Amino acid sequence: MIKKKLLIFIIIFFSISSTSFSIEPDIFVQSTVNRASKLLGENISKNEKIEKLKLIAKETVDIKGIGFYTLGAKRKNLSEEEKNIYLNLFEEYFLKSFSSRLAEYTNPEIDVTNKEKLNDNYTIVNSVLKATKERPEINIDWRIYTKDPNNPLIRDLIIEGLSLARTQKEEFASVLSSNENNIEALFKVLKEFSNN
Amino acid sequence: MKKIVVIIITTFTLIVNVHAGSDGELVLKKNEPSEIRDCSETFNKASFALNQGLDKVIFKPVSSVYRVLPSPVKSGVSNSLNNLSNVVTIPNNILQGDFAMAGVNTGRFLINTTIGVLGLIDVATYLGFSEYVKEDYGQSLASLGVGPGCYLVLPVLGPTTARDTFASLTNFVGGDAWYNVTVRNDTNYFRDSDYYISRVTAGVDFRAKNFDSIENLEKNSLDFYASVKSLYLQDRQQKILNNKKIIETQDDSDWEEIETQ
Repeated sequence: MIKKKLLIFIIIFFSISSTSFSIEPDIFVQSTVNRASKLLGENISKNEKIEKLKLIAKETVDIKGIGFYTLGAKRKNLSEEEKNIYLNLFEEYFLKSFSSRLAEYTNPEIDVTNKEKLNDNYTIVNSVLKATKERPEINIDWRIYTKDPNNPLIRDLIIEGLSLARTQKEEFASVLSSNENNIEALFKVLKEFSNN
Repeated sequence: MKKIVVIIITTFTLIVNVHAGSDGELVLKKNEPSEIRDCSETFNKASFALNQGLDKVIFKPVSSVYRVLPSPVKSGVSNSLNNLSNVVTIPNNILQGDFAMAGVNTGRFLINTTIGVLGLIDVATYLGFSEYVKEDYGQSLASLGVGPGCYLVLPVLGPTTARDTFASLTNFVGGDAWYNVTVRNDTNYFRDSDYYISRVTAGVDFRAKNFDSIENLEKNSLDFYASVKSLYLQDRQQKILNNKKIIETQDDSDWEEIETQ
């Protein structure tokens, strides 16, 4: 009897906990944006901002997933060792590129406007970066990977319909094709970018 | 007799729908950025380098001044240029069979040119007209199923495709009313320079609107040429499909294989 009660308790506990920790993708995006925006508005140095932005990116972006997507079909021909080297280099490249891009903005205002569930793995969250004196309003869509609903992750930013992941993928393909598809050449370019 | 008419109409509608669907897919496939070849890469990269030089010397400095002008001035210029582009958009609305939009844009052009003081004020938008979407002869050819051909970078003019370059020639043989009244025909009201000034101003306006994005992209790209090509072709694909929701049309299969959770 006690065992049965315990079993029921465990089932209920886990079903409640799994639903209560599930994060809606739009709320996830808005809270991530708010965190980044608050940080960018802080009176700290640009380097400090970059370091803190990197921490936010590590928590909220599926860097590994984007890395593999960006590599395209080439990823299928890599050894495990090459994959590990690539993922480490990609993470460094991504964090530097991502944080230095964002650090240029001061206090950007982004409002989440809508969301569209594509399937169990993906939801697109629509948002608007408000206009400033220098630039017009910009539509930003976020591809959120929701396979684990408790831990949604950003996989792509689609700015005015233009996918950053796709652009990066075509950029990497260009680096590879101009170097006889040699992965070492891509490693070299990634290292150079991160070290500069 | 009535039954036959109904059957004929239904069959015709179904056939047209099927064709429209497959044409849409064809247009999408043909304009897929990864399908577009960079046939003259050496020439394109040389043009690209030239354009970067021109940008550094002319467009960037001019647009950095332009972007700090008061907002009403910038929006006035932007509105006028948009208004002027209606003279190309409207015939292309018609060529693409979108007669309703041709009507809307004609109304927009008349209202903005008159009440909106030569297009400086976008009165039509205040009146509730739908968002203005530019169309050109390249998009019309694409909607007829003509593929883009090779990717090109033209000196001064920038990225394009073989189809779009060919189609843009229509502007110079009567397809652009603004060109006709300025350069092609001698009129008492406009000079050749009015056309060229409007084109250069449109370039500066675009550069200023995208000032930070372009700087950011250049600074953070591993291969700036490839980034610009990808962004241009994605943007072009979207404009041809008249669809901002590119997520619905992209091939997501590459994402599907990647499991990290």
